[in-house]
Amino acid sequence: MNGLAEVLRRIGAMSIDGIWRLGFASRFLVAVLLNSGQALRRLHLTVREVFFSGVLSLLIIIVSGLFVGLVLGLQGYETLQRFGSADALGTLVALSLTRELGPVVAGLLFASRAGSAVTAEIGLMKTTEQLKAMDMMAVDPIARVVAPRFWGGVIAMPLLAAMFSAMGVFGGWLIGVVVIGVDDGAFWSQMQAAVDFRYDIMNGVIKSVVFGFAVSLIAVFEGYDCKPTAEGVSRAITRTVVTSALAILALDFVLTSFMFRGQ
Amino acid sequence: MMSRTTLDLWVGIFVALGFGALVFLAMQVGNFSGLNSSETYRVEAPFDNIGGLKVRAPVKSAGVLVGRVTGIRFDSEVYRAVVDLEIDRRFEFPKDTIATINTAGLLGEQYVGLEPGGDVAMLDDGDRVLITQSAVVLEKLIGQFMFNRAAETPAQ
Repeated sequence: MNGLAEVLRRIGAMSIDGIWRLGFASRFLVAVLLNSGQALRRLHLTVREVFFSGVLSLLIIIVSGLFVGLVLGLQGYETLQRFGSADALGTLVALSLTRELGPVVAGLLFASRAGSAVTAEIGLMKTTEQLKAMDMMAVDPIARVVAPRFWGGVIAMPLLAAMFSAMGVFGGWLIGVVVIGVDDGAFWSQMQAAVDFRYDIMNGVIKSVVFGFAVSLIAVFEGYDCKPTAEGVSRAITRTVVTSALAILALDFVLTSFMFRGQ
Repeated sequence: MMSRTTLDLWVGIFVALGFGALVFLAMQVGNFSGLNSSETYRVEAPFDNIGGLKVRAPVKSAGVLVGRVTGIRFDSEVYRAVVDLEIDRRFEFPKDTIATINTAGLLGEQYVGLEPGGDVAMLDDGDRVLITQSAVVLEKLIGQFMFNRAAETPAQ
């Protein structure tokens, strides 16, 4: 009887903690948005974060995009040629990348490459009491530290996703046309006939913007909210990667079910 | 620490690459230069049976893409399907144009084909295509074929 009560008490504490954190994260988002004026007025603060989140993620995004495209080309050809429609390889590669893989895989890579770095930076600033020192000097740490990192991520993410998709299409072309020998004209013309700018590409861009918001918010929030100890920072980084991945996949399902109903 | 000008340069390259990738997707992968930007007019076409026609299916004339299907609804007064066709303003068709539902290849997607008639008056926004030909339903066709064969062969 006592044991049962203990278990229930623990579940209750966990639920309350979860709800409390969700509320805190929402209030944190409002605070970041309200204090974004400085980040956008003093643009070089944000540009600096675009450099750290975006430019430094370029290599991993480009290489991963290329390899995902290569694998899609191989696997797609292997399946399509069974039905005698290897010409549709371009359509398969382009649609899977622009609709799903581009935003989702780029988002996952972005969360582990840039999101974790942002969490570590803010967490360490908190641990070494730099944020408090800023507060003492009447510099708002949310406006000076958090908002530029948030907006830097929001700006970088859609651009990275677009590069990922473009590299993937190039990779698919490399395998399909150059290596295997699918007809070049059929590859591109079937792709262009099937991929619609608004329906496929713009919906993919919208997805990547949403993921950029989610990952950036989770990264700055976990950093700001971490326990100011070495262990606390490491836990916060882990939570950023795990929560971001779950958020991306869950949001992707919700967005897909609204965007692509297959009429 | 990197100097501010180098940093700005790298971010500039990054943003340019990102937008370059988007333009590549729009121009080379998608069909941005297609029908999206030009003006269109809408005509209705009632069909007895639309088969597997879907919204956003192509409208072709002589095999060339001239528009898209933008809506499919059921008219419960005459029990027929009414298909909305959004046709590019650059292409005009006579009033007595015939609309048919065809299939690209044996198992390909279905599209609406327009065969122009000889009328001098042209179709305009909100008009109705009067002569239509329904989709071929494979099951009906096979059924008819079997029925005819059975009728031909004399009973044993």
